[in-house]
Amino acid sequence: MMSVFPSTAAAKKAGRGEPAAPPAPKSRSQRAAYLFIAPLGIGFAVFYFWPLLQTFYYSFTEFGAFGGHTWIGTDNYVRVLKDVTVWQALGNTLIYCAIGLLALPVAIGVAALLNRRGLRGVAVYRALYFIPFVTLPVAVGLVWNWLYNGDYGLINEAFEWFGADRRYWVSDPSTAVYAIGAVMVWSTTGYYLIIFMAGIKGIPQDYYEAAELDGAGPLRRFFTITLPLLSPTIFFASIICMINSLQTFDLIYIMMAEKNPAIGDTQSVVSLFYKWAFIENAQGAAAALAFLLMLIIAALTLVQFRLQKRWVHYA
Amino acid sequence: MRRRTLLYGAMAAPLLAACSGQSDDGKRSGGRTTLSYGVWDVAQVPGLQKVIDAFEKENPGISVRMELTPWSSYWTTLKTSMRGGTAPDVFWMNAVNLQLYASSGVLEPLSGHIKSDRTPVDRHPESLVKVYAYQGTQYGIPKDFDTIGLWYNKALFDKAGIKYPDTTWTWDDVRDAAAELTNPRERVHGMAAEMDRQAQLYPAIHGAGGYVLKDGESGFGDERSIEGLRYWTDMIDRGWSPPQSAMVESKARNRFWSEKAAMVYEISAYSGQYHAVPALKDHAGVAVLPKGRERATIIHGLANVISAKSRKKAAAWKFVRFMAGRKAAEIQASAGITISSYEGTQDAWLRSMPEFDLKHYIEMLEYAVPYPSSKNTAVWENLQYPLLGAAFSGKGGIESAARTLGEQMDRALKEERA
Repeated sequence: MMSVFPSTAAAKKAGRGEPAAPPAPKSRSQRAAYLFIAPLGIGFAVFYFWPLLQTFYYSFTEFGAFGGHTWIGTDNYVRVLKDVTVWQALGNTLIYCAIGLLALPVAIGVAALLNRRGLRGVAVYRALYFIPFVTLPVAVGLVWNWLYNGDYGLINEAFEWFGADRRYWVSDPSTAVYAIGAVMVWSTTGYYLIIFMAGIKGIPQDYYEAAELDGAGPLRRFFTITLPLLSPTIFFASIICMINSLQTFDLIYIMMAEKNPAIGDTQSVVSLFYKWAFIENAQGAAAALAFLLMLIIAALTLVQFRLQKRWVHYA
Repeated sequence: MRRRTLLYGAMAAPLLAACSGQSDDGKRSGGRTTLSYGVWDVAQVPGLQKVIDAFEKENPGISVRMELTPWSSYWTTLKTSMRGGTAPDVFWMNAVNLQLYASSGVLEPLSGHIKSDRTPVDRHPESLVKVYAYQGTQYGIPKDFDTIGLWYNKALFDKAGIKYPDTTWTWDDVRDAAAELTNPRERVHGMAAEMDRQAQLYPAIHGAGGYVLKDGESGFGDERSIEGLRYWTDMIDRGWSPPQSAMVESKARNRFWSEKAAMVYEISAYSGQYHAVPALKDHAGVAVLPKGRERATIIHGLANVISAKSRKKAAAWKFVRFMAGRKAAEIQASAGITISSYEGTQDAWLRSMPEFDLKHYIEMLEYAVPYPSSKNTAVWENLQYPLLGAAFSGKGGIESAARTLGEQMDRALKEERA
């Protein structure tokens, strides 16, 4: 449960080695501190923790279409594990996750380029890269569907220009999942770019100057200074990115029409959850599915934390 | 500034809700009662507004406000708002959802009102009225009906030198014409065989002598039903129709409107939109569906229902009753939106678009099959497109896809009975 929220776990990790503060008498300043974190704590309890408990409870019940539920034990979990569409959705979701992580190298590369000394108009570039991230997913999905369109889409025009065949990118089961993944990368890169730019800013210039005196070229400086010193930031970003891509929903909802023959090959766990809970009146099974997804996210996050020793350098 | 306005808005919202909650049919506050009316079809809004204007004129104490929710999210929004107690007082219902809503007790039973107010329900097609009854109680009164017809592009037919479709046409005639009309160089297809259950799948299944749902069992595994589905997939395999993957990105009707498809099966409710395409006005025609093994089309219609949680039921009933009458039907029909279900008002609809021979839509009433539904229709209907998608994209295998669909649908039907 706790590992789903990396900040908590990271804080625990970072605090390792320091002795825990002895229980002090409640002072005024301490009370003030609690008061300051209270809004977050209350928000967390009301909007995260309580729904989590509720979902867990509902996953053992069957719902009436308009409310009311009965306890049915573990039937929902049996249904989830037996359903082939769940496994298919899980596979698709892992593909989204893998593609989604591609946003990180792209963002690191762009961040390194934008941090060159003497580059003008950095703010403009930063804004341009960030705009897709703050654009509504609905608008993003609609525009990209238009770009991908097999009959009049710009992408196909370009392909035809180079002599390649037209394709129905989002309706062909062999390309649809990657077409959506590409849009995911496009729309999230800006977010990670901002994080990485801040991370790179935090690296002392002295290292670069020293390296330059030693005759290290830009590539060498990037791989021996920037990348290692950026690794804590990369670690944070990769966890956030993985969790976000495992929860992919909105782009699929917008870009995949109901009659799309590629729907089985693109459906994510969350879009399957939506279908069960809100269209087919199977809220109980949907809750079980959501809980399963939470466990998967928790497990993968745990793996990431275990692996960080091997590549993350805290300076 | 903007943030502050937003904040005021957020604070005012609960207050407004409290105010409207008190009005209860407008008796206590003495003001006008405002009914909310949930609809999904934007094309019908201007015509419906005329009906509402007429109603408000007759009932000065009541005003009706339409709440438009697009089809794709209509039912999810409705279900959520029912749980939250913010559902519209009166809203549109279809055959697919009636049993689910009626059996859950969220609809106001209308039988008592109908009897005491002598409502002319019997003036609507009986088969359609029956769709909106559940266990002997009437929950909705139809406002319109629709059937499926064959649209064809006269200019493309003339160019290919083919006679227009008429009542003598069979599936063989359609196939011959589709082959002739297909012109790959100009990217014109003879037919647009989109995978749509109401306009294409169900009419063809019944046309082939098959069935979708009978005595609680699926008909998708039936040999004749499969023959009906093959009518469509054959046309895709032979290149007379674009594959489904293409029609996801440009729908069948859009292809017809841009004259890239010479024929398409279409629901009568869309006639107004065809009428609005300037290029088509002078050379589009409608014919009855061609005969397969049997003559068949699908009939469906919308009904108005009242939410059981509405606090303005008296006013809501007045509105539903008005909508069930001749006057509302005539206004609706002459606005050209859809075929009013009230007996004898269909002529007004025909006259609204004289360019097309819309009378064929009404002629088909004789052999129209009601739209199939069960208690949790959405569950088995949602199995159809994912399972049939590959076959409708020219990948073949319609036989096994249809049989698998039949088995899964039977399982879903068994589950809803349990």
